[in-house]
Amino acid sequence: MTTTAPALRPRRRGGIHRGEAASGWLFTAPMLVLLGLFLVVPVLMALWVSVSDWNGNGSPFASGVSFVGTDNYRAILAGGGLAEQDFGTALRNNAWYVVLVVPLQTALSLYLAVLVNRRMLRGRGFFRTAFYFPSVTSSVAITVLWLFLFSASGAVNQVLSWFGVHGPNWFSDPSGIIHDALEPLGVEQGPAALTQHGFLGVSWWDWVGGPSVAMTAFILMAIFTTSGTFMLVFLAALQNLSSEVTEAAMVDGANGWQRFWRITLPQLRPTLFTVLTLGLIGGWQIFDQIYTGTQGGPAKTTLSPAYLSYQTAFTNQQWGQGAAIAFVLFVIIVAFTLLQRWVLRERGVPRRKRFGPVAPGPATPGATPVTPATAPEVTR
Amino acid sequence: MTTATEPTPTLATSSGGGGRTTRAVRLRARRPSPGRVAGRSLLYAVLVVTAVVYIFPFLVQVATSFKTNADATAHPLSLVPTTWTTAAYHDLFQSSDFPTWFKNSVIVTLFVTAGRVFFDSLAGYALARLPFKGRSVVFAGLLAVMSVPAVVLLIPKFLVLNQLALYDSYAGMILPLLVDAAGVVIMKGFFESIPASVEEQARIDGAGTFRVFWSVVLPMARPALVTIIILSFQGSWNELSHFIVSAQDPALTTLTKGVASLTAGQLGQGNQYPLKLAAALVMTIPVAAVFFVFQRRIMNTSEGAVKE
Repeated sequence: MTTTAPALRPRRRGGIHRGEAASGWLFTAPMLVLLGLFLVVPVLMALWVSVSDWNGNGSPFASGVSFVGTDNYRAILAGGGLAEQDFGTALRNNAWYVVLVVPLQTALSLYLAVLVNRRMLRGRGFFRTAFYFPSVTSSVAITVLWLFLFSASGAVNQVLSWFGVHGPNWFSDPSGIIHDALEPLGVEQGPAALTQHGFLGVSWWDWVGGPSVAMTAFILMAIFTTSGTFMLVFLAALQNLSSEVTEAAMVDGANGWQRFWRITLPQLRPTLFTVLTLGLIGGWQIFDQIYTGTQGGPAKTTLSPAYLSYQTAFTNQQWGQGAAIAFVLFVIIVAFTLLQRWVLRERGVPRRKRFGPVAPGPATPGATPVTPATAPEVTR
Repeated sequence: MTTATEPTPTLATSSGGGGRTTRAVRLRARRPSPGRVAGRSLLYAVLVVTAVVYIFPFLVQVATSFKTNADATAHPLSLVPTTWTTAAYHDLFQSSDFPTWFKNSVIVTLFVTAGRVFFDSLAGYALARLPFKGRSVVFAGLLAVMSVPAVVLLIPKFLVLNQLALYDSYAGMILPLLVDAAGVVIMKGFFESIPASVEEQARIDGAGTFRVFWSVVLPMARPALVTIIILSFQGSWNELSHFIVSAQDPALTTLTKGVASLTAGQLGQGNQYPLKLAAALVMTIPVAAVFFVFQRRIMNTSEGAVKE
């Protein structure tokens, strides 16, 4: 590490900077030791476990544990058995969750940010606080509340009954909402082309079935709790926009709607991408609410890869498979992050060029580099 | 970190309505047109309804925690209990492990917050100010580590804690949380934003590196430290997955793990909603308190963080 590093700048070793190099290592030592010991080493250990047949007894480095190659990965990706089916189900559940949560929470948080960004708004602080408050509560506490609100005779169903809607038994209903929507149309069974074939042990008919009603309740919860956080991110970006462009557009006679779509939104592009990425990364990590609320049920329709990984290792003692699931999940998340970066690079430049002469301020490019810094706090 | 700057009044008056806005129109717009009044009312109506949707669940939670089991099931929406009872709280504190969970959460949160404040700022300062060989490599490594999603680390963390014989101990619950990469990056960014002249003065006066850091730099870093405190407090108080994989001893159960176990119906019969909601409510109080105390800061912090 020390030798390969590029020399920063030639520096005087004496004078007031004496001893700074040693202090530099000393000051970063606690961080290096802790992150190394509890992040880097564990990942390497888990990588070994994912290609071993360790069963949880003793040390994974003991002599009885042997290398099994890609067996664990093959079991979940192409095993044809229950492990593959469970993994496919978990991926399906989580994919629907992401597909619905990410756009909805982004749209809602942007909408809320625009609403409370009005300068003349009375009670602006109150509204901001109200929308942000769900974000500070723990996922456990909010899940407990959600289980109550969405119980069979709970608050939500009572409100629905005012409108003559007979609400479902949310957390016990495993039916997919798209299947449910097709049922009144007389479609109760999928076409053979979809039911006969599948991917990862799950038929195509089930892949397109939509999230289960139970998962839908979790989707609503995610939108409810994260919209406040992202509202703050959008709000910060909105306040950084220069008012000159908007003013010019108003002089040109653009109405509020046009100003939002043609002026504000293009300028918010970097922030929009940040929020979408954080949403994607966070969306693939659902664990707390499943652990607290449903443990994967009903009928495994709220199983997520993260929870499946935990369950496979800690409950079923199949540590190799659990670790393999975790690494596949890791690859999925990294892939989405890279995809986002690629999309940003491809389209970000011409856009900025177009708005270059009008908005050269620090707002647009300045918002991007901090993405990693804000990432963990927002995704929680 | 700037506070929200108030805009020019001319801009504000013409923000609501559409249409052509020449200077003359803008002046006339002082007396609101009927359309503008309608638009404004609609805006407030939308805001109020949304705010109710956001707040009402928590009001229901408070009310339900003072209801009886039967009342909670029969009237899930009512904000006034038919018969007021503190039975849920009584059960929670007298005949459950709730006090132990609370104690454990307090212990872990205090240590983690203190540790992060110290180690994050120490490392952030070194990465921002102290030139040492390998600094850029360390920082690149830090960014790489940050991109590892937390749920992927569940099994790995258990493996290493088990190997180090730290499983089922406070040390195992606290040590892995003691430094967070994001906090280091935040502190680094802050130290880079303040001028180095003060420290150089202190160094010329003969103070050592740690002394400069401790007595000169750290006191100046209060705004950033408050950010770290808020994030660490909230993060460690609300943490669940790490405690699941680092301990199983009931004496080491934290609030998140304990309250999560309540939903599995460990206490008595029936759905026990008042008890569960009371537990969830009590565990929310500390983070809510921190939020309301630092409310202004939290709203400004994110602005600063994004702007940097």
